[in-house]
Amino acid sequence: MPRTSSRDRMNNEINAGSMADIAFLLLIFFLVTTTIDVDKGVLVKLPPWSNEPPPELKLNERNVFSVLVNSENQLLVRNEPTDIDDLRERCKEFIMNPEGLKTLAKSPKQAIVSLKNDRGTEYKTYLLVYNELKAAYNELREEAAQSRYGKSFEYLTKDQQRAIRTDIPLVLSEAEPSDFGDE
Amino acid sequence: MSKFQKKRGKSSPAISTASLPDIIFMLLFFFMVVTVLRDSTLKVSVNVPNATELTKLEKKSLVNYLYIGKPLQNYQDVYGTKPTLQLGDKISKIADIPLFLEQHKNTVPEAQRPGINSSLRVDGEVTMGIVSDVKTELRKSNQLKVNYSAKPKVD
Repeated sequence: MPRTSSRDRMNNEINAGSMADIAFLLLIFFLVTTTIDVDKGVLVKLPPWSNEPPPELKLNERNVFSVLVNSENQLLVRNEPTDIDDLRERCKEFIMNPEGLKTLAKSPKQAIVSLKNDRGTEYKTYLLVYNELKAAYNELREEAAQSRYGKSFEYLTKDQQRAIRTDIPLVLSEAEPSDFGDE
Repeated sequence: MSKFQKKRGKSSPAISTASLPDIIFMLLFFFMVVTVLRDSTLKVSVNVPNATELTKLEKKSLVNYLYIGKPLQNYQDVYGTKPTLQLGDKISKIADIPLFLEQHKNTVPEAQRPGINSSLRVDGEVTMGIVSDVKTELRKSNQLKVNYSAKPKVD
């Protein structure tokens, strides 16, 4: 190592006063451009497209939970007008069928939720209905997780989660929207 | 008064500001990490509805955004007031979706392509007609993972 001259060693301190200014400048730039809002949403898996009409399925009517939303944003659940606040409870009762009624689903595995809306339905209502149906399933899975493993669903292992998911599968079929209302 | 004058004699030296840049840098790095650069300027007004069953979109680079809403005031002369679709930076037709998806797909490495999500940011007031058309087009282009963007509901 060559010896540095004593002069160099004397002034080897860079003036760091302006560093803060530069850092501030960058900081303000990032403050302005930043968008803190995290992207969250309701995750949906769409069915693949096929040009052929879907095959006619013979479904037992008791296993179908039909939800219709008209262009006035009103709900018709299993041929009864229903308020959106009751939808979650009705859906849960339908899937689990705790009293073994003949009119509700035979078992959670056979339950099918069918959702149909109009082209004039507001998106807000559609998402709310979808959200309630998904919430019903999520709550049932949570209850199953608690009773079976005594833990919350999100803390279960992958296999345990899969087991519950196969027992309570989310089968939500969306029909092509009707075209009665004004868009 | 005399109390103040007494102290003046033995005043301590100025506080060292040498660590100030470090603190600022720390803040800077924090914002650099959490920041997401605005990817596109919105030409339609989008006010997403509230929901409770939310999933977070993890990888930003694997997400493409489709906006649906009424054109903003200053674009209404050109595009009218009916809800329209915006892809990237420009207002588009539904038939442009396959090209848009393909362009986004090309920016993603091949191994990660199955994880591509479409985030639908739709205004709450929009009717389902245009949303259904977009969904049908997404299905036709085999983009089946869709996330309906929503705000967490505050009770």
